[in-house]
Amino acid sequence: MTFASLLAVDWPWASWPWWADTSVKMVFAIVAVLIPAGGTVYLYLFKMVSFMQSRLGPMEAGPYGSMQLLAELGKNVQKEDIFPEKADRWVFALAPYVVLMSTFLLAVVVPFGPQAQFTNLDTGVYFALAVSSVSVVGILMAGWASASKYSLLGGLRAAGQLIAYELPLILAVVGVVIQAGTLNLQEIVAAQNQQEIFGWGGIGNPFILTQGLGFLIFMIAVQAELTQGPFDMPVAESELVSGYMTEYSGFRFLMFFIGEFATANIFAFLGSVLFLGGWALPPFVTDLLGIEWDSPWMNVIGPGVMFTKMLLITFVIYWVRFTYPRFREDQLQKFAWKVLIPLSLVNIAITGALKVAF
Amino acid sequence: MTALILFAQQSVELTSTEQWVINVFFGVIALVSTAAALKMVTTDNVVHAALYLLIVLASVAAIYVILGAEFAAATQVLVYIGAILVLLLFGVMLTRAKLGADDDLNHEQRWIGGLVSVVMLAVMSFSLWEAFEDTKVPTALNPDDFNTGAVSESIFTDYIVPFEAISVLLLAALIGAVVVARRD
Repeated sequence: MTFASLLAVDWPWASWPWWADTSVKMVFAIVAVLIPAGGTVYLYLFKMVSFMQSRLGPMEAGPYGSMQLLAELGKNVQKEDIFPEKADRWVFALAPYVVLMSTFLLAVVVPFGPQAQFTNLDTGVYFALAVSSVSVVGILMAGWASASKYSLLGGLRAAGQLIAYELPLILAVVGVVIQAGTLNLQEIVAAQNQQEIFGWGGIGNPFILTQGLGFLIFMIAVQAELTQGPFDMPVAESELVSGYMTEYSGFRFLMFFIGEFATANIFAFLGSVLFLGGWALPPFVTDLLGIEWDSPWMNVIGPGVMFTKMLLITFVIYWVRFTYPRFREDQLQKFAWKVLIPLSLVNIAITGALKVAF
Repeated sequence: MTALILFAQQSVELTSTEQWVINVFFGVIALVSTAAALKMVTTDNVVHAALYLLIVLASVAAIYVILGAEFAAATQVLVYIGAILVLLLFGVMLTRAKLGADDDLNHEQRWIGGLVSVVMLAVMSFSLWEAFEDTKVPTALNPDDFNTGAVSESIFTDYIVPFEAISVLLLAALIGAVVVARRD
């Protein structure tokens, strides 16, 4: 019995009512956000960085400290839920939920296989960029409601930075959209897989080859959007303590923490869909395996492919994060407005001209 | 895990239960948005007013989603929440980041403002009723009518003149803002 004929069987969920369908999808959205987040936090934030800094990192909880995240979870959940005395209680309490909501909305459109996707929106990439901007509101809420100067400064810096780097992020993606001719993420995967490089279709045409500049701008903008690495002015530990997160503790801090690292993963997923060919295997591999590029098997293999590509991109994110010294506030604003945005506009103009020419 | 994500694509033909559910969702969203709009003008804290405005704008985006207009919904979120509201919050927090109540937020012309909004509500309800009466939203959404290609095609063919006029207007506003803001 082949896998394809298995799919033709009436699976119970094919006839499920809408609410069961939606509930199961919500459970899987939580899994698809939290498992990769935990994995990369352990692998990169705990272990890789420790080796880069000539130390061992967590070693006690489980083999090689692999259960450390569970210990952290237990620690944070049992902590007292502290509100600063003058804080605006409602806004303070709701801010982490707004940040986390933006993360989960982002996950909704990421395709993991030809059918393995929560929803296949026609405006996929546009929707993703739109909902990613909602997290700024949560950060501003947290910064203001904490009733602390450090938090307010951190919140304002974060908002200024996120507004500035959202533009190059969107403009870098426009190049991909022009080349693929669609906003739909599945069709962007298909376009990369079915185009050829000078008549050779062995690896398709991952857009990183033609949109290399776009990929570079995308990665820098993502780094800044996540307030990671050289762009961590808003959470600068040495001067602002932790910026907008200063007053948070316990599970509300945990939610900001999950939001930060899960968003890093989902941006990495998006980056691999837009620039690295998404869930598809290179055509010469699918030829060797003797399956169609979008065969139902890809619903099983695809998430693995996506996870591998996501690990590659997040590796670069954490590598840069722990290697480069922090940008000063005016430097990072200048870098966005005077370097990245003009460069991405040039990229769009060239891509558009070439699209019309060929 | 993966096998379970293989859901059937949802059909575009709505059953009567689904329509009922959509009506309930619309009712809840409309109520929340009206309540938030009222709180927005009556609250005594500027930041709270901005956050209530966030709820109103997000409800409008949710109603677009219910109507199957994802492009309009995403634009609503990107432009109104991601840009305008964030700039508003940013400006308010930069200038008067006061926690707690403000007592100078009531404008002396608020009653006239209330009157104008009631008149606007009446005019818009009347014109909407005149134009559509009890036409129902189509239950079977044809994906071809709602895709982004169709939207952009109508913007760049049928509505190209208004589109360009708005672009020039925005450019003028941008230059005007620079002129007003610079000190020399």
